Amino acid sequence: MLKIEGLTKTFIRGGLFRRTPPVTALRDVSLSVAKGESFGLVGESGSGKSTLARCILRLDRPTSGRILFEGEDMARLTPAAMRHLRARIQVVWQDPYASLNPRMSVHDIVTEPLVVHRASIGLDSRGRTERAARILAQVGLGPQHLHRYPHEFSGGQRQRIGIARALVTEPSLLLLDEPTSALDVSVQAQVLNLLVDLQARLGLTYFFISHDLSVIRYICDRVALLHRGVIVEQGPTAAIFDAPQHAITRTLLAAMPEVVVPG
Amino acid sequence: MSATVAPRQAFRRAAYRFTRSWLSVLGLVMVAGLLLLAVAGPWLAPFPDHVAGSVNTAARFRPPSLAHPFGTNEVGQDVLSLVMAGARVSIVAGLAVVMLGTLVGTVIGAIAGYAGGWVDEVLMRLADLKLTIPGLMLAMAVAAALGAGMANMVFAIALSWWPGYARLVRAEVMARKEEMFVTAARAIGASGARILFRHILPNVATPVIVKMSLDMGFAILTVASLGFIGIGVRPPTPEWGAMLSVARGYMPDFWWMALAPGMAIFVAVFGFNLLGDGLRDLFDPKARR
Repeated sequence: MLKIEGLTKTFIRGGLFRRTPPVTALRDVSLSVAKGESFGLVGESGSGKSTLARCILRLDRPTSGRILFEGEDMARLTPAAMRHLRARIQVVWQDPYASLNPRMSVHDIVTEPLVVHRASIGLDSRGRTERAARILAQVGLGPQHLHRYPHEFSGGQRQRIGIARALVTEPSLLLLDEPTSALDVSVQAQVLNLLVDLQARLGLTYFFISHDLSVIRYICDRVALLHRGVIVEQGPTAAIFDAPQHAITRTLLAAMPEVVVPG
Repeated sequence: MSATVAPRQAFRRAAYRFTRSWLSVLGLVMVAGLLLLAVAGPWLAPFPDHVAGSVNTAARFRPPSLAHPFGTNEVGQDVLSLVMAGARVSIVAGLAVVMLGTLVGTVIGAIAGYAGGWVDEVLMRLADLKLTIPGLMLAMAVAAALGAGMANMVFAIALSWWPGYARLVRAEVMARKEEMFVTAARAIGASGARILFRHILPNVATPVIVKMSLDMGFAILTVASLGFIGIGVRPPTPEWGAMLSVARGYMPDFWWMALAPGMAIFVAVFGFNLLGDGLRDLFDPKARR
């Protein structure tokens, strides 16, 4: 479904007169995500996880390499086709406080993707509201929340609103950029369970970015480990957690309190 | 259902917080009084015929009395009536200046802040250029070129008024542009116009509204200054600045002629400033939940 080939992203910094050396955030990253699976991307802060997410969402342009979504090279799409595709790749952001516009009601937030893509989805105003109410019910909120504003909700509820917004266009790929790291531990578990449940019910494909190994182990079928912009290890979750090949993986796993590292 | 409850609740909460500060309430009362005078001043005035321009030379230079609380002027007109009627010119001109300035400034600032790059550079240097010319001088030049009159005066002042708004809006837009919810909208596929109008500008509105209220006082003062130096509204339409200008020639013997229009300008500027301060406290992000 999603295939990344030799992706490199270099940031050139500095102004007209002063050149600082370019920063390579991602170096020759290749991975593929199969339909219906949960793919985990693990890495410390600054390892390039977010840059990869931004490249997949095409908020940043890769310096070289290709990103294929269902066999189509995203860089070669026309702007119209790219807009069209955005409805099928949706994202749940890390910070449920900053990623919701404080001036928009839950109704407006959740229906916005439907408004933006009304040409292809073709729902009228009433249909959009009904869809929003249905999605809210799926994430554990109700129609009574439609006309409230983000500041009236708790962090966990806000993240549910964020998930509802991501699901409302019925996407096939959901990018989860540390969706639980800004939440309380007790709420984390609720949101993770919701995500597992939604995936089973809707047949979603997850691209799950996290630095939290226990979360990754709970959610993901396969894992890739990103270290300083390079993928150092990739494979089924169980294999990586049971028999890590790379020294960095071992160090990371050793730092995880609940996991017993063999060897 | 809840659609109407939530905003009403928010309004009630805001009103409660606003009324905690008696200075803000005083400002609101003063502004409300001025607005009432602007709408109904000529009819509320005790001597409406004086407002229309009739004179009573038998009663010139009467000191304050029960019949004329602020005395009469050099042609025997009731000063209080003239001041009450003069509120209309000052408020309308002040409002027009601030609104025109806000409109132009917001459009230019939003484009500059959102587009960035050379567009930003060109528009902002244009704003800087405007800021180098003193507003009153520019207004005098415009009045000299186009002639005196209300519309020309408003145009002239607004011409020097928009850069303040352009800079404010530009800075706010640039800050909002980096917000996560804007990135989120971009990932959804929202167009530039949609992001600007739905996501960025609504979050910029509050500082602009506060600045408008704070600026109203200064705009009224500028209108009066232009009246004072004789460009602006033509007599016999009563205007505070022009009244002061006439009264200056009869100082200090007939001081009451200057007292009422001077106090009116003071009250207008003070009232709008208090209201603006109150609104700023109300909209302060730290106070929002």
